[in-house]
Amino acid sequence: MVEESESRKITYTEYFDALLEGKLLGYKCKDCNAYTCPPKAVCDNCGSQKVERVELSGKGRIKTFTTTYVAPVGYDKEVPYTVAMVELEEGPWIIGRLEIENADEIGQDLIGEEVVVEGKEFPTEMFYPDKKRRVVPIFRLVK
Amino acid sequence: MGGINVEKRDVAVLGVGQTKFGYHPDKSLVDLFAEAFYEAFNESNIELKDIQAIYYGNFVGEMTDGSANLSGFISDEIGLKGIPARRYEAACASSSVAFREAYLAVAHGIYDCVAVGGSERLYNAGTAIGTRALATAVDGLHEMTAGLTFPGVFALAARLYSKKYEIPMEKLHEKMAQVSIKNHKYGAMNPKAQFYNKFGDLKVEDVLKSKVICSPLTLFDCCPMTDGGSAVIIASADFAEDVIDKPIYVLGTGQSGAGGLFRQKEDMIRAIPRKIASEMAYKEAKLTPKDIDFVEIHDCFTIAEIIASEAMGFFEYGKGADAVEEGETWVGGSIPINPDGGLIGKGHPVGATGTSQIYAVVKQLRNEFKYNQVKDAEIGMTDTLGGDFGTLVNIILGVHRRG
Ligand SMILES: [Zn+2]
Repeated sequence: MVEESESRKITYTEYFDALLEGKLLGYKCKDCNAYTCPPKAVCDNCGSQKVERVELSGKGRIKTFTTTYVAPVGYDKEVPYTVAMVELEEGPWIIGRLEIENADEIGQDLIGEEVVVEGKEFPTEMFYPDKKRRVVPIFRLVK
Repeated sequence: MGGINVEKRDVAVLGVGQTKFGYHPDKSLVDLFAEAFYEAFNESNIELKDIQAIYYGNFVGEMTDGSANLSGFISDEIGLKGIPARRYEAACASSSVAFREAYLAVAHGIYDCVAVGGSERLYNAGTAIGTRALATAVDGLHEMTAGLTFPGVFALAARLYSKKYEIPMEKLHEKMAQVSIKNHKYGAMNPKAQFYNKFGDLKVEDVLKSKVICSPLTLFDCCPMTDGGSAVIIASADFAEDVIDKPIYVLGTGQSGAGGLFRQKEDMIRAIPRKIASEMAYKEAKLTPKDIDFVEIHDCFTIAEIIASEAMGFFEYGKGADAVEEGETWVGGSIPINPDGGLIGKGHPVGATGTSQIYAVVKQLRNEFKYNQVKDAEIGMTDTLGGDFGTLVNIILGVHRRG
């Protein structure tokens, strides 16, 4: 049996609250040891329900990125912005924004760079699931 | 796997229809479906009462037209009051999922003859709403919060592809530009295409130097926002052979899916759901990629066509970009891709796209697609991608019954 305290699901509100405090929450699987982040119903690797809540390091490396110049309604005031996918030290990939002005000038050399993640609050928009705020994972280059 | 392995009867296409793709400020979602439906119906040589059910694909009617629950309105509009009608939503794969469900229903004897199709109005909605509507197909919480858009998804894929296969991004972009040049060339030849008579002679520099949407993707790497409708009428092969001279047979279908891009990780550039769906379709059709004469691929972006051509087994992983540059995917090459112009040249009215691919394949196989004929084609295939690999559908059609 999984203990109640460990099995309690991390809600998205809790996940984003933690991110605003600089903490990245996720699960570690008791069956296969894999990490799952962002949280989901089961272990992302093996499907097991036996997962425990953990705080991840928040460190990872850029795998890919793009600077967006044409944004959807609700995001248009934020352009240009750079969306990146980061592979965390513990294995999962997460999506967020890279706080950097000249991503396109650096180009492919950004891939592999070390980053840390923290949350930043933005105004929500009409269709976003969280009606109070939009918390964006922000990646900062370590060096 | 239950019913999937139960003996199925053969299914064939009776008729196909497609509106002109482009800007339709004066036609509703219902109007666009009805127009395509009647083109398909009028060549099917059946009576209206022969149609027993409707399978309709639409992605974002709520956001573009303030309309949901469309299937009843559609069946009423075309004079089929009261028959079972349903709407399928699977982003860009909506009408391909509808087609596959319709095919399975007829194959398993639930119905003898049904109508399938879709309609969408993204051009009329404008770029800002259209972009937000399309973005509803990414993970609503974790991908949307970063402002990820569809050009963004494929821009991420392009940079990952460049890194993984060690093709410098500038070099890869030149190869990607060939997809745009090819599909615009073919779209310019197709009277029903959004860009008919336009952009038929693009150069690599035109693609690379057009407006950057999501770096490195430029405007000419992207398909347009489109209004349009398409429809197909299918029936059991026995029924079809009784009423028309040249049925086109459904030989195999497959469907798969995936979670968000961040769950797929590096697999995103191998499009694993597409590998699964196409292998399902090949297995059912008892065919291999080598047997396919041409394919209508979901080229929502230039890099998307390249990734798809690899995942479907036409080229090795990492070799699709070279293949388009070397002419392999042009008409006359080893596997012509998108002779109708694809999404880039023909347009992409999302919920109508899947059945418009079926339209293009059927027209080719009947030797009726005279604008850009694939010579002696007997087997064609469609490939429709919904979202960021969230839904994937492949359908194989041929001029003969399954062997
Ligand atoms: Zn596990």
